[in-house]
Amino acid sequence: MLSRATSYSASTISKRLVRLYSQLPLKVPITLPNGIKYEQPTGLFINGEFVKSKEGKTVDVIDPSTEKLITPIYEAFQDDVDIAVAAAKKAFHSNWSQLEPEARAKSLFKLADLIEENSELLASIESMDNGKSLTCSRGDVDLVSKYLRSCAGWADKLNGNVINTGKDHFAYTTREPLGVCGQIIPWNFPLLMWSWKIGPALATGNTVVLKPAENTPLSALFASQLCKEAGIPNGVVNIIPGSGRIVGESLCKHPDIKKIAFTGSTRTGSHIMKTAADTIKKVTLELGGKSPNIVFADADLDKAVKDIAFGIFYNSGEVCCAGSRVYVQDSVYEEVLQKFKAYTETLKVGNPFDESNFQGAQTSKQQLSKILDYVKIGTKEGARVITGGERCGKNGYFVKPTIFADVKEDMKIVKEEIFGPIVTVSKFSTVDEVVSMANDSQYGLAAGIHTKDVNKAIDVSNRLNAGTIWINTYNAFHQNVPFGGFGQSGIGREMGAAALDNYTQVKSVRMAITKPKY
Amino acid sequence: MFSTRASSASASLLLKRIPSQLRSPLQLRCFSHLPLTIPIKLPNGLEFDQPTGLFINNKNIPSKEGKTFEVINPSTEEEICHVYEGREEDVDIAAKAAQEAFDNGSWSTIDPLERGKALYRLAELIEKDLDVIASIETLDNGKAISSAKGDVQLVVDYFKASAGLACKLDGRQVNSGSNYFNYTKREPLGVCGQIIPWNFPLLMWAWKIAPALITGNTVVLKTAESTPLSALYTAKYIPEAGIPPGVVNIVSGFGKIVGEAITTHPLIKKVAFTGSTTTGKHIYQNAAASLKKVTLELGGKSPNIVFADANMKTAVQNIILGIYYNSGEVCCAGSRVYVEESVYDDLIKEIKIASEAVKVGDPFDESTFQGAQTSQMQLSKILKYVEIGKNEGATLISGGERLGTKGYFVRPTIFGDVKENMQIVKEEIFGPVVTISKFKTLDDVVKMANDSEYGLAAGIHTTNINNAVKVADRLKAGTVWINTYNDFHSAVPFGGFNASGLGREMSYEALDNYLQVKAVRVKLED
Repeated sequence: MLSRATSYSASTISKRLVRLYSQLPLKVPITLPNGIKYEQPTGLFINGEFVKSKEGKTVDVIDPSTEKLITPIYEAFQDDVDIAVAAAKKAFHSNWSQLEPEARAKSLFKLADLIEENSELLASIESMDNGKSLTCSRGDVDLVSKYLRSCAGWADKLNGNVINTGKDHFAYTTREPLGVCGQIIPWNFPLLMWSWKIGPALATGNTVVLKPAENTPLSALFASQLCKEAGIPNGVVNIIPGSGRIVGESLCKHPDIKKIAFTGSTRTGSHIMKTAADTIKKVTLELGGKSPNIVFADADLDKAVKDIAFGIFYNSGEVCCAGSRVYVQDSVYEEVLQKFKAYTETLKVGNPFDESNFQGAQTSKQQLSKILDYVKIGTKEGARVITGGERCGKNGYFVKPTIFADVKEDMKIVKEEIFGPIVTVSKFSTVDEVVSMANDSQYGLAAGIHTKDVNKAIDVSNRLNAGTIWINTYNAFHQNVPFGGFGQSGIGREMGAAALDNYTQVKSVRMAITKPKY
Repeated sequence: MFSTRASSASASLLLKRIPSQLRSPLQLRCFSHLPLTIPIKLPNGLEFDQPTGLFINNKNIPSKEGKTFEVINPSTEEEICHVYEGREEDVDIAAKAAQEAFDNGSWSTIDPLERGKALYRLAELIEKDLDVIASIETLDNGKAISSAKGDVQLVVDYFKASAGLACKLDGRQVNSGSNYFNYTKREPLGVCGQIIPWNFPLLMWAWKIAPALITGNTVVLKTAESTPLSALYTAKYIPEAGIPPGVVNIVSGFGKIVGEAITTHPLIKKVAFTGSTTTGKHIYQNAAASLKKVTLELGGKSPNIVFADANMKTAVQNIILGIYYNSGEVCCAGSRVYVEESVYDDLIKEIKIASEAVKVGDPFDESTFQGAQTSQMQLSKILKYVEIGKNEGATLISGGERLGTKGYFVRPTIFGDVKENMQIVKEEIFGPVVTISKFKTLDDVVKMANDSEYGLAAGIHTTNINNAVKVADRLKAGTVWINTYNDFHSAVPFGGFNASGLGREMSYEALDNYLQVKAVRVKLED
């Protein structure tokens, strides 16, 4: 979901950047662009402590808005994974999984409070590390604390059922945690994905070894110390930054890990599932998308235009459920296109710490190049650039919000996930036509519908192949509403009651009852 | 679950599994003129017409290539008949039929109550024909007729229970404040591929198709190559029950070809498999390439624990039922018995007596408890494990040999004086062979019981409520039976921890495997 990557291929870490820095202190002082000062942990977080990686190698973390080094951090390898898994296994067999669930709830409530208390700092770290605008980061952190609170509330409501199978038996089910869960998260919502992963795992009594994305490890490391402060026992949460190829692969293969949760690309997701199959690990995947956002002629067009802009340019378009295929009914096509262009050109792009900026930097150079390549592809395919279509400035990975019109449904820019601020706008005339166009995709993550007609809203939402449908809104996440994909967009759901199913297994107990003799 | 062995989708496994004589060109003949139904007279005098074709679009049709394969009666080692063999192109035809049935809305979008009605009707039709269906099962699989009747009754019960779930596939309304209206729906996945084993041919057919159908999916199902008959016969009731064409498609054939085609077919959104852990891994890997959802019910080596305070008579009965039921060809068989030290010697004597009283033989004899093993390969595997056990130094207390020279019968077998690292204690044998270990403390036995890659089922025998509940909590198993064993019920979920599988069958949990959540969030105007 909300994702992209943690790529296993073409790593962004070049040899040049991986230096030996075994003398790197475990905390470094950092002054954020907005003047906030803090201490950034640089070690792996294992068993409640920040530690150097065994090999002592480090990797540089780059500020995508300035292309400058923020700090190196320690990089985990396979032996670090083994140590973290052993710690998580030990923690699972301690009290954590068997505590009265209220105790887990209490820790998670406390963690949510601590996130809230540190929200401006966390949002700033996120903007520095990921490049997203501060307004986006604040939204992320707000959802992090809300979601952790929601998970806290679930902790003591994981009941089984008593099953009536007649008077000669007594049967019940319990929902038990799985054990050590491996979690691999992407770089587009570093802290939010951290919370979507650890929240339900912890509420249900599991323990966790989590790998943040290699280019955005800072917020998760910082927040780890809050786990300790919140009273979460040592070893329950372990964070090991590193590459997908080494750390991700080791997690998927490790015999003591019972489950893998991954957010990222569909290709990597498929590889992870294949790897997990060998040890029959349970898998949940939140993968790619190319989500349709449909505007009917009867919609409030001014509002719809804001939603389609928010749908694609929010978080610099680095959102798995981005509404990257806009479909507009033919009678209002030109009108919507004009309004959309005009509105898009009012969106400010640039320094994420400037409060007036809507869109910050793309997270990496690799991502920037990929986006600009797709602009070329689209132009070559004969689509028309209405606005944008180029890099913004020379320093930092900024891209102008880009709209393509006159697209055909088989163009690459309509079919493939770009993961940037690029949207295509297609024309349709009937409901059947737009449903068929919208569903013509390997993905099925999200969809938007803009209409005032209740029949159209419900009928189209029923017929769209998508795990989330937004009606007269878009990218409107809520911690109580489940999120996840149909088709090749994934397996399982996050948030809401559905997320807990991914971290519990049912045990059925059936007892034969003999009538007692008194 | 309940299953295993077989129905493989893996080339290497399949070759191991199918004895060479069954794969030889001599046996796999082209019989393009094989009639689509063959009259068969059962050993108990019942007569019926066996369909031999693939069941696609509610029709009994020959396979495209027209090849057939032989079906053997394991009690006599004689041929029963041939059936048409599906191949890739047949899977493709079946998948397209299933997709068309899913898309045309005749099933997936009707009022779920109508689906419930059809399934209930199917249950009634099966119930009326219970004796014939059970007899086919006994003929084809070799299991005792009493076991087969139990299976078919559970099929009927499960279809009825599933029918009642049709109108309970609710979503939730989610409150997120007055500016939004949110709800979730639970939608079917589309075409589901299902691959079932040979140990409970019709019961596994029911466990697979019932939850898939009630939730509005359509199905392409591959039966086990050694036991295709009951599913093909029972399929004749599908149109009669009012289930539209293309909703259920059955392709007989081999794992290497049909199983492989199902797990890689682009129209198939989900694969459900019951069988061995090795094949399960292969299927999971295949499914990963196109991100199909997967549920697996795999192998087991389930512990059956007897505390000194148990009712010994009941415990002995449950140990016998736990391991010899269905000739031990049960994934959740209680194949590792653990007895508390103070009653170990007494209990061994009682189990030996009870074991020797188990009647093995002609499955059509109503008094037979244990019929034939399902295949020659299975027979050899079991006898090989008996040799391994002896070589490892375990004491053979009873059985340990083939019974007679015709038909794949094995004497109920008990090994005592075993060590926990012996192969016969660690590996799934899938036959009437049990090991009996001794334990001292509750902690000891929990540790011994959990020392397995599997986690399908477990038994506990005690009259002490604290032992019962505490040990049940601590055992790593998807099903725990207390003072009973192999005691299935259509309302109680079944499935494995760890390498025993993914997902649950039966009850509400089974429906989760066949539904995907759609969340709809509406922004309301001021």
